[in-house]
Amino acid sequence: MSRTIDQSIHDLREMDELASKASPIHAICAAAKLLVTVAYIMIVVSYDKYNMSGLLFMVFYPAVLFAVSEVPVTTCLYKLRFVLPLVCAVGVLNPFLDRTPALTAGSFVVTTGMISMVTLMTKGVFCLMASFLLMATTRIEAVCSVLRKIHVPSFLVTLLLLTYRYAAVMAEEVGVMTNAYSLRAPGQKGIHYSAWGSFLGQLLLRSMDRAEELYSSMLLRGYRGEFYYTEERAWSAKDAVYAAGWILFFIAARGVNLTRLIGMLVTR
Amino acid sequence: MIRFENVTFAYERGKPVIQSVSFAIHRGETVGLIGANGAGKSTVMKILLGLAGPGAGAPGQYFDGKILVDGMEVTPANIARIRQKLGFVLQNSDNQMFMPTVLEDMLFGLLNSGMTRKEAEKKVDEILQSLGLMDLKYLYNHKISGGEKRMAAVATVLAMEPEVLLMDEPTSALDPYNRRVVIRAINNLPQTRIITSHDLDMIYDTCSRVILLTGGKVAADGPAEQILKDEELLMANRMELPLRFQ
Repeated sequence: MSRTIDQSIHDLREMDELASKASPIHAICAAAKLLVTVAYIMIVVSYDKYNMSGLLFMVFYPAVLFAVSEVPVTTCLYKLRFVLPLVCAVGVLNPFLDRTPALTAGSFVVTTGMISMVTLMTKGVFCLMASFLLMATTRIEAVCSVLRKIHVPSFLVTLLLLTYRYAAVMAEEVGVMTNAYSLRAPGQKGIHYSAWGSFLGQLLLRSMDRAEELYSSMLLRGYRGEFYYTEERAWSAKDAVYAAGWILFFIAARGVNLTRLIGMLVTR
Repeated sequence: MIRFENVTFAYERGKPVIQSVSFAIHRGETVGLIGANGAGKSTVMKILLGLAGPGAGAPGQYFDGKILVDGMEVTPANIARIRQKLGFVLQNSDNQMFMPTVLEDMLFGLLNSGMTRKEAEKKVDEILQSLGLMDLKYLYNHKISGGEKRMAAVATVLAMEPEVLLMDEPTSALDPYNRRVVIRAINNLPQTRIITSHDLDMIYDTCSRVILLTGGKVAADGPAEQILKDEELLMANRMELPLRFQ
């Protein structure tokens, strides 16, 4: 199997293993973590595009979670390597469109466009990190269980769960087909575009076959359209304190520019 | 326990996959369902489980005859109760084990049957202990060997306490050691067992009776000892003697 596909399968399975660790963050119930993540993303997104100094303080949340959950930051950056450039590309035109000087450092003029670009990029990175941390500290079954509790339609949740579970199986099928192709096309890099149609068709057929078998297996073990998630756990006082603590912190950080406040205290 | 009465089934009218198949399997029997590729073994399993035919309620399929499981006819109305009596071990364990760990996979069926998590975990422990598989309980499905995965797949089905165990090629793609482990496990199970396989040595080791299918029809039905030693019969139906008799 090609190294890239092998790596993708490994990456997918590594998330499951990360989510099964036993840190204090992993022990928090999924609903609390989901609530905090949504609150965090909403607060981060709500920052004004020039409020970089205020936004900086929001790094506190992912920093604490990385430290306590023992999820390596490097793993996060590695897994998000394909998405991060896209997020960073969001504000890349701002310095050209918005050239109003904001401050000068010697002869270098920092424009509001530059600030908004950095703010947008930072927002994107923070939101991605928060989502990654949720998935790296919470089993997908637990996330799905919470989604069902908040009445997300069953078919969407099941689709999410099975897509997550079977992405690796699909990648394996792609690997097998790629190997079969490359063995009969020595010296060729990748798959020639003329074979893409039949390659995708075959992949679809194989996926359908496996999906049918999987569905049969579910039916035969009593599946009636609703997963009974094994991760369901009621809120405890600890979960409530976790959620309330973080949400209050986010609101406080949003209301008061803590970075500026600390700066003023230090420079006084 | 299971009765096929003159069953004919076709996905398309005029192209029967099985024709006038009749047999009865009694409680406690171990029956090998053998035949060449396309003989209809999988179809027999599928219609018995209600994945095709009358139990599936799928339009466009042609079905004639009657299938009874413990006196209940296989119909859409009865299929949920029938499936509680039947456990099916798929050929490809990857398709059977779709949850991340062995424990969660075993819990899937038990929670669907209405058990609480505590009750279900107790049941899982019982089954794993009886099969000597406690070491696998918390392991990830993708990290266990082919043989362990096959045994875990059997455990997920046994956890549902089926009265009949249907197994599709239980020893395919296993190394000789794991094949032997699976055969031993099959022989120690108390359930009625129906096994389809091309591994005739395994069928000989596990089954007391054999039903030989050819072209969707029953070509022979009798003691394994007699059918699996009948070279002429096997050759005439695109099969061969088990390796030990060659």
